[in-house]
Amino acid sequence: MSQRLNAVPGLEPVALPAPAGWGARFSAGLRRYLPALVVFVAFLVLWEAAVAIFKIEGFILPRPSVIAATFIEELPIIIPAGLFTLREAGGGFLIGCSLAVLMALATARWTILSEGFMPFAIMVNATPIVALAPIMNNWFGITNPMAKMSIVAILVFFPVMINTVRGLTLVDSGALELLRSYAAGEFTVLAQLRLPNALPFMFSAFKVAGALSVIGAIVSEYFGGSRAALGIYISQQAALFHFAEAWAAIIVACGMGLAFYIVILLAERWLMPWHASQRAADD
Amino acid sequence: MSVSASAPVIAIQGVSKAFGHGSGPRVVALENINLDIVAGEFVALLGPSGCGKSTLLRLIGDLTTPTSGQVLVNGKPAPQARRDRDYGMVFQQATLYDWRSVSQNVQLPLEIMRYPRAQREARAREMLQLVKLTDFANTYPWQLSGGMQQRVAIARALSFAPSLLLMDEPFGALDEMTREHMQLELLNIWGQTRTTVVFVTHSIPEAVFLASRVVVMSARPGRVAGIIDVDLPRPRGFDTREDPRFFQKITEVRELLRHEETGPAGAGATA
Repeated sequence: MSQRLNAVPGLEPVALPAPAGWGARFSAGLRRYLPALVVFVAFLVLWEAAVAIFKIEGFILPRPSVIAATFIEELPIIIPAGLFTLREAGGGFLIGCSLAVLMALATARWTILSEGFMPFAIMVNATPIVALAPIMNNWFGITNPMAKMSIVAILVFFPVMINTVRGLTLVDSGALELLRSYAAGEFTVLAQLRLPNALPFMFSAFKVAGALSVIGAIVSEYFGGSRAALGIYISQQAALFHFAEAWAAIIVACGMGLAFYIVILLAERWLMPWHASQRAADD
Repeated sequence: MSVSASAPVIAIQGVSKAFGHGSGPRVVALENINLDIVAGEFVALLGPSGCGKSTLLRLIGDLTTPTSGQVLVNGKPAPQARRDRDYGMVFQQATLYDWRSVSQNVQLPLEIMRYPRAQREARAREMLQLVKLTDFANTYPWQLSGGMQQRVAIARALSFAPSLLLMDEPFGALDEMTREHMQLELLNIWGQTRTTVVFVTHSIPEAVFLASRVVVMSARPGRVAGIIDVDLPRPRGFDTREDPRFFQKITEVRELLRHEETGPAGAGATA
């Protein structure tokens, strides 16, 4: 930028105060994330040192450096496997969350539905859903991604529905009376008040559901499925005592969970720029 | 009822309201209230807590229904008046929507009433000018002080030019200084719009300073103890608060309230 200014003939180079550019942002970001970075690096160093000092066998706990090397080596296998599993988790997440939000809208609208449906929903939620994995494999076919997606969908359904119902119904009574005084219809109340009010509740549920969906997809893959899936890869490598490979795949799983979280966080920022939890960030 | 120039904007006829259902004890909040309010009046409903002044306001605004009697607004039953959007309401809490900017909050009723966008925006600008918040059109409610938030609520209530402004202790949550400032602003706005105002408060000076008539209410059961005309000159301002006639009116109201409390021998003493 300063070069362009210099290039104008006959003009003194203008000393502009550096706008909050890349460098400034980088150092601000560094300062903000430095504590987390230090903890993370310290953790890896301690791990590496502990394995060396206590002579822990590689099949019990591989060194981080070995895991990293294996990770790079195995990339051509674990990345496609990760994407396959991510598709299952993402598909299940979308199906489960959509159904949950629709059900929540219906439940918030017709109390009778809530009274009839809630005990059932609580019962389903009390069931360890991954226990259904063999049954879903039977229903959809063991290599059909739908078998895993359905597990994920059931897993995320309950927390999303409960939270959405809460957000739709826990509405300030004054805000409701205000709309009543304008003789607003039911749809207006939903669109102008209940839905915006429910958004923060929904997003905190989506964050929980994002983590759940990765867990659900991987654990249900342990019960068998397509060879190109992360859960299958982990269980097979572990069975062969290839623990560095298993750990490398777990890194991918961790990355998937993080990716979910970040996507949901970005969607939240985009959809609710007003929200209190974001006020500190947008100064 | 014949329609004439002096036909009341609000006619409250023999209205009673009792709360409680089933076998539980019934609480009579209001008993046989009769009150007429004419166009352009500024009426204050004043009384101790539990006298039913807020309930009376909510009956006028059709936020609750009377147990007996009827409320006519602009010659029609209150529910019809609400459907016709005759009311602008301001509550103790500003109840602004967090997800809308100040201007969008003011436009909310206009949006619901399907005014075209250009008209909405123009009207919001006009209203924000009226409450002196022009520079804050694009800020969000949480960035404003309590007094400013309440001004936005007033702008929102007036945005669709309702024939009635119903205010339920709108300045109750504000500090004393802000409160006095807001009272001046409100009189200023009322002077410009000439909307009929019904204003609920438990502050005697506030009622006397603002209103042309103070309806003094007493509790258990809630009823009208008396109505005091406040003929202090307008426009009222800082000088009004130092006018001996202002203090005279305050004393008059206070006497009426005290008489009501001690009158029916010790009725409320054990409550």
